[in-house]
Amino acid sequence: MSSLHTTERTTERTTGQATQPMPALAGFPRADGRKGIRNVVAVAYLVECAHFVAHEVTLAFRGEPVHLVGFPGCYPNAYADKVMRRLLTHPNVGAVLLVSLGCESFDKRGLEADVAASGRPVHTLTIQERGGTRKTLNEGIEWVRWALAELDAQPRVPMRWDELVVATVCGGSDGTSGITANPAVGRAFDTLIARGAACIFEETGELVGCEFHMQRRAATPELGDEIVRCVAKAARYYETLGHGSFAPGNADGGLTTQEEKSLGAYAKSGDSPISGLIKPGDIPPTGGLYLLDVVPDGEVRFGFPNISDNAEIVELIACGAHLTLFTTGRGSVVGSAISPVIKVCANPDTYDRLADDMDVNAGRILRGDATLDEVGAEIVALVQDVGHGRETASEALGHREFILTYKAFEPIGPSCLPVRQATPAMPLPSSTRATP
Amino acid sequence: MTPATDPPVTDPRLLLLNPADNCLVACRALPAGETLLIDGVPATLPRPVAMAHKLARRALAVGDKVLRHGAAIGSVQRPIARGEHIHTDNLASDYLPTYTLQDGSKYVLTSHD
Repeated sequence: MSSLHTTERTTERTTGQATQPMPALAGFPRADGRKGIRNVVAVAYLVECAHFVAHEVTLAFRGEPVHLVGFPGCYPNAYADKVMRRLLTHPNVGAVLLVSLGCESFDKRGLEADVAASGRPVHTLTIQERGGTRKTLNEGIEWVRWALAELDAQPRVPMRWDELVVATVCGGSDGTSGITANPAVGRAFDTLIARGAACIFEETGELVGCEFHMQRRAATPELGDEIVRCVAKAARYYETLGHGSFAPGNADGGLTTQEEKSLGAYAKSGDSPISGLIKPGDIPPTGGLYLLDVVPDGEVRFGFPNISDNAEIVELIACGAHLTLFTTGRGSVVGSAISPVIKVCANPDTYDRLADDMDVNAGRILRGDATLDEVGAEIVALVQDVGHGRETASEALGHREFILTYKAFEPIGPSCLPVRQATPAMPLPSSTRATP
Repeated sequence: MTPATDPPVTDPRLLLLNPADNCLVACRALPAGETLLIDGVPATLPRPVAMAHKLARRALAVGDKVLRHGAAIGSVQRPIARGEHIHTDNLASDYLPTYTLQDGSKYVLTSHD
């Protein structure tokens, strides 16, 4: 990993001095101006009744970039509709196959039109019209084979840091998370933001106790007030459910209280000012640090806000995240559909047991073998490599977890994106970021 | 993140995250009976402390706040000896049991006017 670090440093120096900057990253250009660091065919089921057939299609392409996503519910849900539209027009997606049973409520024609308008090849198969499982499956496999060949011909083009969106999430936290992996990701975030990238942190239920500190970091006082309200909403929501965001493994790992866990989780956000507060499916309009509010609005409906870590990762990807920095102490093994997951392991003992599943050993800090700054720089270097196509550990193992359930959100308030407010007419995200 | 090694020396196996803290984090598992320097004074551990768990930097009384990263992480429920493991049996959250949405809750919005 030290050689990666050197490579990254060299690139930075060259970029700073040359008039023609070296490409920081390499991506696939999309019609909306964004670029993807992956070029996957997404196969999406639009109700659980179409899940099996969609899954069978992807099984025919094991080891190839064909990813399964979908929404299991038969009843309409505006949140799921928005997330699905964002996912299937995500820059990492090159082509889309929709698999419908036929009688579900999902607006498949609207979704198909959105994907087509984004310039991507899209095809819809309705099982009831196609004549059942076998015929739909065969047609789906044939279409995906065609789409893969189309995508295969597309070259990568230079991509700038200010075209990159990076997310972070923690899962399976223990007492090491808050002192190694999380602050190391915070350092990486500060570097990425200084280079122009947009970085997103989330889970306001795990930021209980940090709200007034975040308020002071907000770009405007009005945004600060929105952040405090948003954490209060999360606390109220969890209180109604009778559970905080605290699992038994957290205590085994040395964490005693919710506020102790919160302080450790908060370290992932680094020290940059907070540029905005967004909700699932909102894409950061410029570079900077964004807080994603993942807790539903209104009365408690549909159960727990995020039933597992991948639900949060899916929401971050719906906000345009090209990749996710996942910190873990106890040892999570998950990856994700659509956007790569970089696993940063906080606990050196866990790393020794689960090394195949990990990308970065931040636990070296506890053994005195590395500093926070060194691990932060290693993470940035790895982000750059993954942004040029290098596989992460979970990608190499074939992990492509995905989950999307019911939720309800109101749109963000007028103070949540001060930068967008200052812009009279909102251009495409990429052109907003083009000006230094 | 370097362990504090200011004049009163603390064992490098213990991490002081913030000078204001009254707890230390174990960088590796420490057995009961182990003697380590805390702020220059030896302490013998009455209980084992697992890696990344906390122990008391000084004796703590019922009602004291435990500070980590310089911030309160809860209140002491039973007296804790210097060097003793701090965990769910002797420390409780101030947040979850006390939180309400009524006036006087910690979530009253501050005004910038």
